[in-house]
Amino acid sequence: MAIGKKTKNGILIKNSIDSKQKHIALKVDTLSIGYQHKKQKTFIAKDINFSLAKGELAAIVGVNGIGKSTLLRTLGNVQAKLSGKILINNRELTSFNPLELATKISVVLTEPIASKNLTVLEIIALGRQPYTNWIGKLTATDKDKINQAMQMIGIANLKTKKCYELSDGQLQKVMIARALAQDTAIILLDEPTSHLDLYHKIHILKLLRSIAHDTHKSILYTTHEINAAIQLCDKMLVLEQNKSTFNTPCNLIKENIFKHLFPSDTITFDSQTGLFKVNK
Amino acid sequence: MPSKTYKLLFLLLLLALVLCLAINISLGSVTIPLKDTISSIFGGNIANKSWEYIIWNYRIPKAFTAILVGGGLSISGLLMQTLFRNPLAGPFVLGISSGASLGAALLIMGSAIFSGLFSFSFINDIGLVVAASLGSSLVLLLVITVASKVKDTMALLIIGLMFGSITGAIVSVLSYFSSAEKLQRYMYWSFGSVGDLTWKQVGILFTIISIGIVLSIKSTKALNSFLLGENYAQSLGIAIKKNRYIIIIATGLIAGSITAFAGPIAFVGLAVPHLTRLLFNTTDHKILIPAVFIYGAILLLVCDIVAQIPNSTGILPINAITSIIGAPIVIWLLVKKQKMVF
Repeated sequence: MAIGKKTKNGILIKNSIDSKQKHIALKVDTLSIGYQHKKQKTFIAKDINFSLAKGELAAIVGVNGIGKSTLLRTLGNVQAKLSGKILINNRELTSFNPLELATKISVVLTEPIASKNLTVLEIIALGRQPYTNWIGKLTATDKDKINQAMQMIGIANLKTKKCYELSDGQLQKVMIARALAQDTAIILLDEPTSHLDLYHKIHILKLLRSIAHDTHKSILYTTHEINAAIQLCDKMLVLEQNKSTFNTPCNLIKENIFKHLFPSDTITFDSQTGLFKVNK
Repeated sequence: MPSKTYKLLFLLLLLALVLCLAINISLGSVTIPLKDTISSIFGGNIANKSWEYIIWNYRIPKAFTAILVGGGLSISGLLMQTLFRNPLAGPFVLGISSGASLGAALLIMGSAIFSGLFSFSFINDIGLVVAASLGSSLVLLLVITVASKVKDTMALLIIGLMFGSITGAIVSVLSYFSSAEKLQRYMYWSFGSVGDLTWKQVGILFTIISIGIVLSIKSTKALNSFLLGENYAQSLGIAIKKNRYIIIIATGLIAGSITAFAGPIAFVGLAVPHLTRLLFNTTDHKILIPAVFIYGAILLLVCDIVAQIPNSTGILPINAITSIIGAPIVIWLLVKKQKMVF
């Protein structure tokens, strides 16, 4: 802060910009996503911009096929971006080696896990892999984190169950617990609550919210539960054809973003209550 | 499962291995009293010098080969099942066996076709080993080249099977045009055998398999995370492509060298990983790799014992025994236990 001592105001502004930049965990700049086959690029979404701060819970919403999952998978380095920048702590995503990245970002994907023979404990323990030694021996810290994650999600009683004995909803909780055990600053979840009942849906989302706020993790998830997202998220990214908007739910309502998200003859958005309603 | 139980199971498996090894060495076409067998193994003098020769230069190398072949094939089966996330994958899905068969077939039966170019008048066993190794490495090399082009592991599995079909077709064509005598020779090789290896050959086999096992053990974490799927494995910090290569190379070294020396031996690589998972009830490769090796070694020693019993002067083809024992095990796993999950 040696420079800019001219006015008190000037210093204040500079400080606030600095501290803001420090707290950005994930920054996305003019990002284009999609698939590349040889030289043929198929764009799914273009020009996505947003910054996710530390300790924020954010949802990605939009109609089917708009690129929610593709965006999340691109941010998680599961698939390659087509152009633009993804910055993790101000460093380009692709410049991390896999192991470094595994301590920064954890993911919960929609794809089923390969082996149905794994037990719940084994799945969650795999979340500690970036931290274990060459043969994967769990230390006391690792075991603590595993137990903590299971307690938080409320699946400690399932511990010894095999994966093929679980319901879809239970499995979803297990995968979320695995991501928590990985203990990363950024957690990306692709439709993490799609198989859960209403109570557990809200329970998990509230849990994610408190984890984000209490442990200063940045959590980003895709969802079709827009009503819940509006009520629980700090920020929302609304993907539309050729356009994306990132803001707090309140501001998004003010900007009338939700009004045109779905065809208005079927569903309308009530900006008074902040809820979508069915037109009968 | 607590680590105490694992230790107990390992102890039991090792005891079973020693027992099978002892029975295996004491049986054979020549009847040697158990007392003399034991004293010969521990360096004592025995009355009949030819007995000592048989034990040291035939039975013990054969038993060691059985251990290496059984254990090695089982480990490569485990690697393939995890890599391809397919409970039906075995060491030969990458076309390793068919490659070796092609090499052997070209040497034995193709000599008539290539006689103008090379002289194959000396088709000895070493030549056969070299040809089979070359064949399996060549097919494996092709598969690896293709592997770098496809991202999907399932595609790789199918490509391996297709390579198997192509080489199988070439072998068929060769056998159609070859003489009965040469065809018989090829058939003998394809029956499989853990005998006939000199100490030197056992040494070579041991070295190559050891390298393969070291590579597998070093891939323990990658293998464990592959159980979640490749995308999850990557998110856990595993370099997917590199580890896929290492695992393929390890399988190639193990299964390729075994097929070259002992012929294509069926079912061991497919069945043993499933049996081991049933016994240990774990998916952790840290436990599975050593357990699968010992289990596979025991199974092949038993198969070899069975191969010797019915006719005390002759030996049944080992490949027939492993299939007769192995195929029902796979069916039993599927029907009764529903445990073909991996």
